[in-house]
Amino acid sequence: MGAPGAETAEREMPGGNGYVGRALKRKEDPRLITGRATYVDDLVLPSTLYAAIVRSPEAHARITAIDTSAAAAREGVEAVFTGEDLADMAAPCPMVWVPPGVEVHVPEHWPLARGKVGYVGQAVAVVLGDDKYAVVDAAEQVVVDYEPLPVVVDPEAALEEGAPIVHEQFGTNKVFEWSLAGGDVEGVFAAADVVLERRIVNHRTAGAAIEPRGALAEWREGHLTLWSSTQIPHIARVILSIQLGISEERIRVVAPEVGGGFGSKLQVYGEEVLVAWCARKTGRPVKWTATRSDDMLTTHHGRDQIDYVRIAARRDGKMTGIHVRVIQDCGSYHLIEGPVIPTFTSCVISGVYDFDAVQTDVVGVFTNKFTTDAIRGAGRPEATHLLEVCVDQLADELGIDRLELRRRNFITEFPNERPHGFVYDSGDYHGTLDRCLELLDLDAFQREQAQLRERGVHRGVGFSTYVEICGLGPSRALGPDGWGMQGGYFESAQVRVLPTGTAMVYTGTSPHGQGLETSFAQIVADRLGLDPDAIEVIHGDTNTGPFGKDTYGSRSLSVGGEAVARAAQKVQDKAKRIVAHKLEAAPEDIEVSEGAFRVKGSPEQALSLADVATEAYIPADLPEGMEAGLDEICFYDPDNFVWPFGAHACVTEVDVETGRVEIVRWIAVDDCGRAVNPKLIDGQVHGGAAHAIGQALYEQIRYDENGQLVTGTFVDYGLPTAAEIPSFETARTETPSPTNTLGVKGVGEAATIAATPAIVNSVLDALRPLGVSYLDMPLTPERVWAAIQEARR
Amino acid sequence: MSTTVPIRLSVNGKPHELDVEPRLLLVHLLRDRLGLTGTHVGCDTSNCGACTVHLDGEAVKSCTVLAVQADEAEVTTIEGLAAGDDGLHPLQEAFWEDHALQCGYCTPGMIMAAADLLARNPDPTEEEIRLGLEGNLCRCTGYHNIVAAVRDAAAEMRGASAAAKTPEVV
Repeated sequence: MGAPGAETAEREMPGGNGYVGRALKRKEDPRLITGRATYVDDLVLPSTLYAAIVRSPEAHARITAIDTSAAAAREGVEAVFTGEDLADMAAPCPMVWVPPGVEVHVPEHWPLARGKVGYVGQAVAVVLGDDKYAVVDAAEQVVVDYEPLPVVVDPEAALEEGAPIVHEQFGTNKVFEWSLAGGDVEGVFAAADVVLERRIVNHRTAGAAIEPRGALAEWREGHLTLWSSTQIPHIARVILSIQLGISEERIRVVAPEVGGGFGSKLQVYGEEVLVAWCARKTGRPVKWTATRSDDMLTTHHGRDQIDYVRIAARRDGKMTGIHVRVIQDCGSYHLIEGPVIPTFTSCVISGVYDFDAVQTDVVGVFTNKFTTDAIRGAGRPEATHLLEVCVDQLADELGIDRLELRRRNFITEFPNERPHGFVYDSGDYHGTLDRCLELLDLDAFQREQAQLRERGVHRGVGFSTYVEICGLGPSRALGPDGWGMQGGYFESAQVRVLPTGTAMVYTGTSPHGQGLETSFAQIVADRLGLDPDAIEVIHGDTNTGPFGKDTYGSRSLSVGGEAVARAAQKVQDKAKRIVAHKLEAAPEDIEVSEGAFRVKGSPEQALSLADVATEAYIPADLPEGMEAGLDEICFYDPDNFVWPFGAHACVTEVDVETGRVEIVRWIAVDDCGRAVNPKLIDGQVHGGAAHAIGQALYEQIRYDENGQLVTGTFVDYGLPTAAEIPSFETARTETPSPTNTLGVKGVGEAATIAATPAIVNSVLDALRPLGVSYLDMPLTPERVWAAIQEARR
Repeated sequence: MSTTVPIRLSVNGKPHELDVEPRLLLVHLLRDRLGLTGTHVGCDTSNCGACTVHLDGEAVKSCTVLAVQADEAEVTTIEGLAAGDDGLHPLQEAFWEDHALQCGYCTPGMIMAAADLLARNPDPTEEEIRLGLEGNLCRCTGYHNIVAAVRDAAAEMRGASAAAKTPEVV
């Protein structure tokens, strides 16, 4: 994956005025801090109908009857629709992962259930009316008769003989089996001095963006417009076209301000398709806004793996092989790509270590729960967690210091091809760990730890040294003939200089908090000699700019930003030819410096971008054969992924009487290549680490044995507050990526991928004197206390 | 539709007289009736604080206040926090300067809660800020920069009020 020795991108100094690398304040903030931003639920169209959805209270049941008459008779109710009414839909939700040679079971998943429900919360009917309170009242009057079926919620139980079958037509709850291996796996395990084995549960979590999902659809003159809280407007348009049978050019999807995604809005949900269908059916705009309860039930969940890990090692600490069997709970139906997510665990199964052989086997399983799909990190946090926890466990087993064990196995040469074919682009794993330890002062910590232990205070430190794969991605690696995704993974950008010399940038990515309006403006500013304030970055509307591939997989900067840089470079090249023509110089003698295009060696001979734009848009004297205008497009498809890495250290204190874990310090040293805007990088690291702290200590999506969600609100789902999250001590090293001309790697998911094992390892370090040797997340007081009691027995 | 009740209230200094359903939530009155969409809804259970506004000078979660409870009250929302039309409140300035927001959805509520905190405690410690904002959830920032922004705004506001009290020396 990723061509071995993928070619190093040619890097030129962009010239210009040095905005890249500066911690500029965000251009997008003024509207957000004053309450003037427009999220989907802020939009109002004349004569809008509000939608309320009737959801299944049963986890697994046949629908024997639906009586909508009482609801439909209520004042102000325009219509009530059920699955039968949607018989004219062209297709169910497409699942876009079709791995060559692997059978994946894909049950038909419609916006409203047809005959059967497979999870609590499945949409069964929709009520449309003029008032958003009244439709909720009416929805309660829709009477649905269910014939309950046996329920299965545990994925391992679901694989056993005689388990209730979620989808009879497949005769099994197995969704797929998939494997990726490299090197002599059998050989290294046969020759190993030590084989460490652990069963690690990586529990189900929610993305929990603070803005719940929502969608507003308008059908007008045979054209559909959908405003949706989505990360993927471009992909959504394609999928709406397929599901609704509407020709693609007649669909416009807009992602206005989006209040957080974290992967949970990397999706085309049934409700988005449903409101579009309802708008066409009724001829009126239709709006649906999720409540938090809707969101917890039916916004896809993440993680939910059981990992059987085996690591082969020699007594001297050389780790030779890793074999992981992943059992992935897929829930009962797929959305657009859920089953592929656990396969991403395999990509970084080698971590930062020079294993000779690696193997990942993934089994996907249907259960009567909601769908799992991509949540921040998507398969890679699971890999880092199992690996970094097991490295600590192995260190204990071998009697080797856990940092020494890491250092003995670090990969040091780059590019580095791993046994399963992935090529790490660049790295310096000793460098980030050195910096992390410098900030921590390990000796001082250990002295303090010993003193505190004498007083009965249990403090520990845990580490995670990680690498992750992002910048999705090379189309030939991910696409139909490679990994099996039915799409391309390029990104597009258009840079348009306006007649007065300012610029518009259209990106095919769709940011929702990452600050790309600022960082992309910085990239373009340097290439065109402009101030970032003179550059508007437009995104999230399929009616503007070229077709794009949206935002996920930490791709926006390394793929989308690189496309922007290359489009800006094309504009710069054309501008240089115009300037050279006007000033009677050679194009190669023109440079961008101090806000103008200047002749090298004669800086007073210069034209501003506004001068160039005048020439380009009043084309009276352009070089022979040159088209008018100053407007360029780039479609950039990378040669390789990018591989951010780093070292995190977490100091915890455990109250052994209550089991409560407190985070005392957090040190994060991350390397995401060249920094475009350090302020934004730190923000992503803080938020990413906090997301992982939530999973490690507090957050868990829990279903009971009947398939009822018992963490359906923010009362029961423990999203951490400011009182639980520590201050972060962050630092960076900068090892440029050779994959793109910017030298950048992604950082949106890095800290989430890094952080959970640092916490678990820290708590285990704190509890070492008490004999607690292993814990699964979340490290709730109850679980930690019980482990302490068990160890004391 | 059900019976309605007349109420009078002032929002961001502007008087309003409306007839509302008794069950109408204050947040929906602000958003749907008055078009003040800066106040957001993030949960159903008063946990997230995205809907925080000031009711007679105190922070409340407007998803848990009935519009009728705001009868005869003064309400301030994010749109009315800054003194001038174009000016920013010191908290808004500090949130911008310190990168204390990403997606921005929790931000109005967070700023309104922080303003209430600083009104009660003009010089809070980091711990007091963290405990004081416990009722407001943010998924993007990890709170680090929010805490910094509240501290910076507090210093700015203390400086401004100290300056206001010091007689000008000419």
